[in-house]
Amino acid sequence: MTITTNSTDCVLAVEAHGLVKQFGANRAVDGVDLEIKTGTICGVLGPNGAGKTTVINMLATLLKPDAGVAKIFGHDIESETQIVRQLIGLTGQFASIDEELSATENLRMFARLLGFSHKDAKVKADELLDEFGLTEAANRPLSKFSGGMRRRLDLAASLISQPPLIFLDEPTTGLDPRTRAKMWQTVRNLVQNGSTVLLTTQLLDEADQLADDIVVIDKGRVVANNTPDGLKKSIGTASLQLTVKNPDDAELARAIIGNLLQVNVQIAKTSELSAPMDSADKLTNVLDALKDSGIQLYEVNVTKPTLDEVFFALTGSGSVGDNDNELAYSGRSNSDSKGLWR
Amino acid sequence: MTNTLIIPASERRLNNYVSMEFTFKNTLTFAYRSLVKGFKNPESFADVVIMPVMFTLMFTYLFGGAISGDVTAYLPIIVPGILMQTCVTGSSNAASQLREDMDKNTTSRFKSMPIARIAPLAGILTADLVRYAIAGVITFAVGALIGYRPPAGLFAVLACILFMSLIAWCLSWLFAFIAMKVKSVAAASSGAMLIMFPMAFLSNAFAPTETMPSAIRFFAEHINPLSKAVSATREILAYGTLSSDFYFALLGSLAILAVFIPLTVRAYGKRR
Repeated sequence: MTITTNSTDCVLAVEAHGLVKQFGANRAVDGVDLEIKTGTICGVLGPNGAGKTTVINMLATLLKPDAGVAKIFGHDIESETQIVRQLIGLTGQFASIDEELSATENLRMFARLLGFSHKDAKVKADELLDEFGLTEAANRPLSKFSGGMRRRLDLAASLISQPPLIFLDEPTTGLDPRTRAKMWQTVRNLVQNGSTVLLTTQLLDEADQLADDIVVIDKGRVVANNTPDGLKKSIGTASLQLTVKNPDDAELARAIIGNLLQVNVQIAKTSELSAPMDSADKLTNVLDALKDSGIQLYEVNVTKPTLDEVFFALTGSGSVGDNDNELAYSGRSNSDSKGLWR
Repeated sequence: MTNTLIIPASERRLNNYVSMEFTFKNTLTFAYRSLVKGFKNPESFADVVIMPVMFTLMFTYLFGGAISGDVTAYLPIIVPGILMQTCVTGSSNAASQLREDMDKNTTSRFKSMPIARIAPLAGILTADLVRYAIAGVITFAVGALIGYRPPAGLFAVLACILFMSLIAWCLSWLFAFIAMKVKSVAAASSGAMLIMFPMAFLSNAFAPTETMPSAIRFFAEHINPLSKAVSATREILAYGTLSSDFYFALLGSLAILAVFIPLTVRAYGKRR
C-alpha cells in the first residue's frame, strides 16, 4: 500500500484534538489541542512537568494517547504509525545516541537503518558531522563529548532522513548562551529549508525568538495559544518589581498599580509586588501615583517577564514550581548560516 | 547548514508497513552494531571463553570417575552436555543485556524511526550467535586437550556447534520475553536463571537419567528439549547421523520461536 497525499493546499503539519494521557493518578496531558502550519516553528512553553514531553511523545508515536486524535501531515498517529515515523525526526531531552559508539558510527548506523546504502550512509554521516562542526571529534569516544556536542550529534541523527517535521524537546536546556544562540540559528535554518519544527522550552525568551506561534501549557492544559506579539500584548513586555518600605502599604499599592496598568498584581513576602507592564514607559505613571498616595518605596526594578509571571498573568496563579526563572540572553544571533558550528 | 530543501510530506512515497527485506536488513544492522560494541569491550566475551574451560575441566574431573568409571569414558557424555550448558547460559544472558539496552535513550529513538519493530531485538539476539560459536569452539578445544576425539570427526563437531547455536538462539527469544516483562536488569537476570538452571540441569547433560526419581526422569527424558538436543549432539559426534532426537529438539525450538517472537515483539512495541 503506497499512499501519496496529492494536495498542494495547506495541510497542517500537526493537528491534534483533545489529547489526553494519564499516568496512574496523574493526568499529565489533559485535553490538548494543537495546530501547526507547515513551514512554521511552534514553541510549546511550560514549566517542568507541564506535559510538554508527553505531548511530543504521543505525536512521535512513542506513547499511545488515552483520548483524542492527532494527525501528522494528515496521517493519523494511531492507524498510520509507520507513515508518521517516516515524516518526523525526534530529538529528545536526553541525547539518544549510543555512548559506546563514536559519532561517525552512530550516524552511519542510523542512516543504514533508514535504508541508506553503505556508501550513502558514509557520505551522509560525513556531511552531517561537517555541518554540525563535529568532524574533528568524529572518532572520539562519546564520553569525551560536551553537553553541546551531544545535542548537536543528537540533532544531526534526527536529520538524516530530512524529515519534514522535527520535534525538539528542550533543545537548549543546559547549554551556555553562545551555544544556545547557535542552536537557535540551526533551528531557523531548518525552517528555511522547508521543515516544520515543534520545540518545547521553559524559556519565554526562546519561544519569543524562534516561534511563529507559542502554545503555553500548564498542568497538561493549553492556557494560551498566540503569536509572540499577541502573547506579549497580553502579558506585557516588561515586568515591574517593587518593594514597599512599609508592608502595610502593600495592599494599597497593589490596588493602585492594578488600577493603573489594568493587570493582576502579585504580592510576595508581604512587601514585594510584581506586575506585568506592556511598556516600560508606564513606570513614571506608577511611581507618581504611588508618591501621591504617600507610599514609600524601598526598591524598584523593571525586568523582562519571567515564566512565573507569564503564568500568573495567564492563569491568575503562580504555578511554576522548580523553574529558576532565569531568562536567556536574548541577542538575536547574526551568525552566517554557513559554517555555524565550525 | 546544507541548503537542500526538504521534500514536502505530500510529495513523499510513504508506506505504512515494513517489508521482509527491510526487516532483515534492519536486523543485520542491529546485529552489526551489537558486534561492534562487543569487540570494543572484549571483557563482554569473558563468560563464553572462561565458562566452557572451567566447566569442562571441573565436571570431567569431578564426576568422570563416579559416573563413567574413568575420565576418558565420560568425555563423550560430558562434552555435548557442556556445549549445551554454555550455549544456554549464553542465551540466558540476553535477558539482562536486552533489559539494559531497553532502558537507554536510544530505544526511544529506535521506536520513533520507520524501522522494523522486531529488528532491535532480533539484531542483538542474532549477534549472540558469535558468542555461542566461541563457547562451542572452546568447549571442543578443551575437550580435545584432555583427550576427547569425536569418532565422527571435525565436520560433525562444526555441525554440532552450529546446531547448538541455533537451539540457543531460539531459546534466547524466551529470555528476551522475560526481559520485556520485568522492570530491572536484576529481575531479568534472576528470572532468566530460574528458567535456565532447571532446563540445563534437569536433563541428561551431565548424568545418566536412569538413577533419577521418576518425575525428574520423565521430564529429563521426554519433556526437556535440551535433553533431546544433547542426545542428538552425542549421536552426531559418535556416528555422524541425525536421530529423531535431532528433529524433536529442532521442532521444540521452533515452537519456542513461534510462541515467543510475537509475544516479545508485542511487549516491546507496546506504547504505554
